[in-house]
Amino acid sequence: MGKEILKVDHVGMKFNLSKERVDTFKDYILKMVKGQLNYDEFWALKDVTFSLEKGDRLGILGVNGAGKSTLLKVIAGVFRPTEGTVTRKGKIVPLLELGAGFEPQYTGAENIYLYGAMLGYSKEFIDERFQEIVQFSGLKKFIDVPVQNYSSGMKSRLGFAIATIVEPEILILDEVLSVGDGRFRKKSEKKIMDMFDKEVTVLFVSHHLEQVQRLCNKAMILEQGQITAFGGIDEVSEIYQKMMDEDVDGVLFGKKKKKRKDLLL
Amino acid sequence: MKKRVKGFMQYRFLLGQLVKKGIKLKYRRSYLGIVWSLLEPLLTMIVLTLIFGELLGKGDKTYPVYVLSGRLLYTFFNLGTTTALKSIRNNAGMIKKVYIPKYLYPLAGVLFNYIIFLISLIVLVAVGAVLGIRPTIYLIQAVIPLAVLFLLTMGFGMILATVGVFFRDMEYLWGVVSMLIMYASAIFYHPEKILQGRKGFILKLNPLFGVIHNFRSAIFGEPMYMKYLWYSLGVSVFCLIVGCIMFYRKQDEFILNI
Repeated sequence: MGKEILKVDHVGMKFNLSKERVDTFKDYILKMVKGQLNYDEFWALKDVTFSLEKGDRLGILGVNGAGKSTLLKVIAGVFRPTEGTVTRKGKIVPLLELGAGFEPQYTGAENIYLYGAMLGYSKEFIDERFQEIVQFSGLKKFIDVPVQNYSSGMKSRLGFAIATIVEPEILILDEVLSVGDGRFRKKSEKKIMDMFDKEVTVLFVSHHLEQVQRLCNKAMILEQGQITAFGGIDEVSEIYQKMMDEDVDGVLFGKKKKKRKDLLL
Repeated sequence: MKKRVKGFMQYRFLLGQLVKKGIKLKYRRSYLGIVWSLLEPLLTMIVLTLIFGELLGKGDKTYPVYVLSGRLLYTFFNLGTTTALKSIRNNAGMIKKVYIPKYLYPLAGVLFNYIIFLISLIVLVAVGAVLGIRPTIYLIQAVIPLAVLFLLTMGFGMILATVGVFFRDMEYLWGVVSMLIMYASAIFYHPEKILQGRKGFILKLNPLFGVIHNFRSAIFGEPMYMKYLWYSLGVSVFCLIVGCIMFYRKQDEFILNI
């Protein structure tokens, strides 16, 4: 038994979906007067409870809109949960939408400092690791070019290189293993594997079940914001596989399946 | 409180980066760069002096200094509040990705404008010297209205930053309000006559007017007008407290609205 490093306790996240956006004073006052300021509530997460120990690698499975990304953002601290608490121990590195926080008019080098500062690095630390970041991203030639002239792959590479220069205790991966070209993908996978060896705790969202099976030792299934399965990777992926098959069959081959069953019988 | 201070120290480097970004990006891709922060007020001063010098300056030789001082302070107030107003939306990309204390965005916005403003005060010194304004002991007092100006801008900035997230109209509305503040700040006219008249209260209600008035007193070698000082300081502190409370209460909802 390792020590508990992340604890998610009865977390709920509520969004207000107003049918029409109330964005202007006029609308707001008009609606307030008419008493129409009620929103449709939507719970993206409801009563989510689990905990991870050091070295656990959790794959989060679920269909689009199940709340996977919301859960990651709550854990990363970007969203504050409506209910419940998240307890984290140690440095957390979120690899979410790589490169989305870059300042487009800044050069690559300037962005390394800005982005590094956002992730909580000190100036000395960035000074020290600057060359390493540049080298890993493979953007030496373009490091003094404004980021707005980068391709999206180049941006992701730079983002990945900056974010993974530290050794975090908790690593959040949202489909980022598919950044860049084949060569960079290999390099980044190797880097993440190295982190795995150092017993980092990982939360990993992906739609590729095969990838999750390869990387994770635990998994959970989210359905409409609630955990429907949690446990070892093998049992959970089996459930998930079944779930997917049923869905596909249900939609596409609803009738055929019955026939096939008849045939088999 | 101790935790707050520690948190602030931790984010000092980031704040520095954000301030730097504001300054760097403002003049990026212009040939003269930061020189514009000196040239622009100088050119505006010349224009205003040409237009209003005869009419409102009454041949006063130091009228350019009068206009320039007022305009510099107002421009900072205007740019600082507007930047703060848009700061959350403009940094949406970052806010959605990484957790950072959100007050850093309006703070950095006001700070970088303040630094540019302080640099542009060089022009005022130069023009003052050329026009033969002798510095007096009162000049030291200029620090006080400059400090109040920062608090005032920050206070308005925090309120506007919060409101601006939820209502986009604020950007346009504030454009109109800040124009009103400009005309009520006695930037290019002498306020004495208005102050004696029935509409004098408009100027007195405007905290920026008091700040500019006291700043000019320091330049022209007069003691500060204490009533204005207390009023503008009071409004600044009040706005800052209200702004911080509003911001603090609403900051978790920002992300759902940007």
